[in-house]
Amino acid sequence: MSEQFDLGKLIFGRLTLESIPYHDPIIIATFVMVAIGGIALLVAVTRAKLWGYLWSEWFTSIDHKRIGVMYMILGIVMLLRGFADAIMMRIQQAIAFGDSMGYLPPDHYDQIFTAHGVIMIFFVAMPFVVGLMNYIVPLQIGARDVAFPFLNNFSFWMTASGAVLVMVSLFIGEFAKSGWLAYPPLTGILQSPGVGVDYYIWALQIAGVGTLLSGVNFVVTIVKMRAPGMSLMKMPIFTWTALCTNVLIVAAFPILTAVLALLSLDRYMDMNFFTNDLGGNAMMYVNLIWIWGHPEVYILILPIFGVFSEIVATYSGKRLFGYSSMVYATVVITILSYLVWLHHFFTMGSGATVNSFFGITTMIISIPTGAKVFNWLFTMYRGRIKFDVPMLWTVGFMVTFVIGGMTGVLLAVPPADFVLHNSLFLIAHFHNVIIGGVVFGVFAAIAYWYPKVTGYKLDPFWGKMTFWFWLIGFYLAFMPLYVLGLMGVTRRMSHFDDPSLQIWFQIALVGAVFIGIGIICFLLQFYVSYRKRDSLRDETGDPWDGRTLEWSTTSPPPQYNFAITPCVYDNDAWWHMKANGFKHPREGFAPVHMPKNTAAGLVLAGISTVLGFAMIWHMWLLAGVSFAALIGATIVHTFNYKRDYYIPAGEVKQVERQRSEVLA
Amino acid sequence: MSQTAALNTGETGKFDFLAKDYHAPNGTLLGFWLYLMSDCLIFAALFATYGVLSQSYAGGPTGGDVFDLPLVALNTAFLLFSSITYGFAMLQMQQKKLAGTMIWLAITGLLGLSFLAVELYEFYHMIHIGAGPQRSAFLSSFFTLVGTHGLHVTFGIIWLCTLLVQLSKHGLIAANRRRLFCLSMFWHFLDVIWIGVFTVVYLMGSMT
Amino acid sequence: MSEHEHHDHHEDEGPHASFSGYMIGFMASVVLTAIPFWLVMGDVFASPGATALVILGFAAVQILVHMIYFLHMNFHSEGGWNMLSLLFTAVLLFITLFGSLWVMYHMNVNMMPGMM
Repeated sequence: MSEQFDLGKLIFGRLTLESIPYHDPIIIATFVMVAIGGIALLVAVTRAKLWGYLWSEWFTSIDHKRIGVMYMILGIVMLLRGFADAIMMRIQQAIAFGDSMGYLPPDHYDQIFTAHGVIMIFFVAMPFVVGLMNYIVPLQIGARDVAFPFLNNFSFWMTASGAVLVMVSLFIGEFAKSGWLAYPPLTGILQSPGVGVDYYIWALQIAGVGTLLSGVNFVVTIVKMRAPGMSLMKMPIFTWTALCTNVLIVAAFPILTAVLALLSLDRYMDMNFFTNDLGGNAMMYVNLIWIWGHPEVYILILPIFGVFSEIVATYSGKRLFGYSSMVYATVVITILSYLVWLHHFFTMGSGATVNSFFGITTMIISIPTGAKVFNWLFTMYRGRIKFDVPMLWTVGFMVTFVIGGMTGVLLAVPPADFVLHNSLFLIAHFHNVIIGGVVFGVFAAIAYWYPKVTGYKLDPFWGKMTFWFWLIGFYLAFMPLYVLGLMGVTRRMSHFDDPSLQIWFQIALVGAVFIGIGIICFLLQFYVSYRKRDSLRDETGDPWDGRTLEWSTTSPPPQYNFAITPCVYDNDAWWHMKANGFKHPREGFAPVHMPKNTAAGLVLAGISTVLGFAMIWHMWLLAGVSFAALIGATIVHTFNYKRDYYIPAGEVKQVERQRSEVLA
Repeated sequence: MSQTAALNTGETGKFDFLAKDYHAPNGTLLGFWLYLMSDCLIFAALFATYGVLSQSYAGGPTGGDVFDLPLVALNTAFLLFSSITYGFAMLQMQQKKLAGTMIWLAITGLLGLSFLAVELYEFYHMIHIGAGPQRSAFLSSFFTLVGTHGLHVTFGIIWLCTLLVQLSKHGLIAANRRRLFCLSMFWHFLDVIWIGVFTVVYLMGSMT
Repeated sequence: MSEHEHHDHHEDEGPHASFSGYMIGFMASVVLTAIPFWLVMGDVFASPGATALVILGFAAVQILVHMIYFLHMNFHSEGGWNMLSLLFTAVLLFITLFGSLWVMYHMNVNMMPGMM
């Protein structure tokens, strides 16, 4: 029989009014809150007539400093969403015992733990780490910007686009219920025919493009744009870790792109990569995704090792102990991170030979990290230590991360892992290293570099409150999970029958509440510091007696960073300059070559978002049109040859004169 | 790898900390090369998938059943010739000859289109006889690996046409020369990947 | 103010190509392609395993030929970073390829015994 040409289907795909979750009170309440908050924000910005400013100074900016700040803001916003997911899970798991089913039905609970993982890794940790590298690396190497400033802007908006898709899934349709790595066959078209997995796929593919290009950008920046005299072994240690991180990004993200594409082909075109029949092999998905997944966690932690190295040296008033061994350790970790991936699925059945190989490599990779911990300790030894907030985070990190690392080595033993795989022990381990490592590191970095970015320090009292609530909250929330894991409790459960377990979950809930208070303190810190900014002002650009080049600029730095590129002779270049009587020049400036702002990145990312949404909802007409628009807009952009301008020498001189008055 | 400044110690202990007139070198070629390396790794994942699933016929056709080696040889010839014609375009560019560059570029594009035409015919034929990508894991991975390569050729041709327009508008300016170098790297890499494809997929697949 | 476009010609203009280089590469590639096709289409060796190894060897050599003669690969371009990134990518390619084959072979044998 002939099929009628359905115009509605062509335009709207499978999107209907029923796709909006009217019947779910929690989501409706969330939507109302988000809508009110969002509208309030839009009204406030409009009233203050800030749209022009935001557009020309931030959204279209190709300045790495602006882009870095935007990444950090994205990370903070998504942290709130990810934490909301966490507290919802903690509450559910604290009350759902025996007859009580809690307040979250399983298929909601499943979306929450999936979204929690996806958001925390891809839209909190990655933006934070990329944002830090964005702001700091060009300053540390004495450069004016990154190698490809337009691409940098584009990368940010692609990441934001992925975050937008994940947030939209809350109100239109649903999210994946598969866990943050979306294993087939559960995520195949037969078992997950809905839109959830498609939201997952497109959010990650779009954000992944941004991340990959960012990786290329920073490798080229570090390789090509270092100030004269800064050989590789004279780079700041944070820049070294940034280099290795970005190498990992370029090397690992293509695998994620490929494996998600294969899953899409299974779902959209009925292919058989990971299906149960016709020759498919779901284990291959697990294999490929972890070939990406393990380097990914090193992408998250390596920059943090760099952050702590900088902080330890600065606040101990000493050169970093064992700089060369730190560099070698970082490079070794980079290479070894490709030889351990199977430890994420010891139990999938590869057998003793394969498991032993990967168990041994996993244990080996812990050694260079251990070397780093010793180097930090030896840097502190006999130093004149100032226990400012960044140093508090550092000590908290060293204790907490080491515990997490040790449980990791425990899990690296395949027979032990057979008992503990996918138990709460595993959950405790990775939160231990990610919170103790990445989160503590980001907070430390923010406290450390905030004055450089804004011109005033963060209020120390609220900084300390943030630290203590997070530290105590973390231990309360996750140590019980180690106990539960050793007792055999499985992850991702929304209900339990054994009442003797409940007390541990209740303690964990208290811990989560403490962390929530820590987040409130963190946000309050920004507000209070802004109000008190005159008393917290950083006049000199170098509030901590720093050692690296970013501290040689004013706070905040001028748009072009350095009026004249510095020459480097030693490690800790700024320390060396201070020790040898460097004076900021007041004369002899040349016109500065700068890239122009552009809306192209925003436009391309916006079209990508539309394309993603259209593909998710099978709106083929819109998908086709937006794909064509994407190609067209890209080609149009390549016809723009006039992407730069010059700041006249006179203007540079004026800016520098004003600033020299303030600087030492 | 880096530029080590001469230690400028005019008087005892005096360092010259200011690098006047310093311009960071252009990073486009290195950046594009690194992007190509990442593209290689996408193909690595696809080759690995093909390698794992290449015997999963699910009772359906094998490589030996459906691969047409003479046609593949023709295709390989098209691509190899297109590599050399691109090389001729680059030689013309080096000699600053705009017309010659554009002509050899156009020929390269035509050879690329011929490659695509043959490949599309091959795919159409295979689908027509029931050996489409839905039939088995082997066929899914075949179509995806070879198809991804074909998609890259397609994007290369679109880029080539765009560059032809840009060359006619602006000539062999520095920006366009850089773009020609980038497309050159891309195009030769397509042939490198094809060497892997015809060896591992077609030749080894035909031996079943 | 003076425009600084001219500073482009101090920079790396990209690798220098030569007609003879391209022709050597082309001829070598033709030979290195024709022989594997002949070996397979003509069923020259008795053992498919031997054929596979030989044609893989030819493929590796031809890839090298392309790298040297078409892509002008050498140890010095971009300060050695081109070569370093190529070698690193090659290592990862091997790990991804052979690691996956090794792991998945064992998975299949242990978890789908009837299929092997």
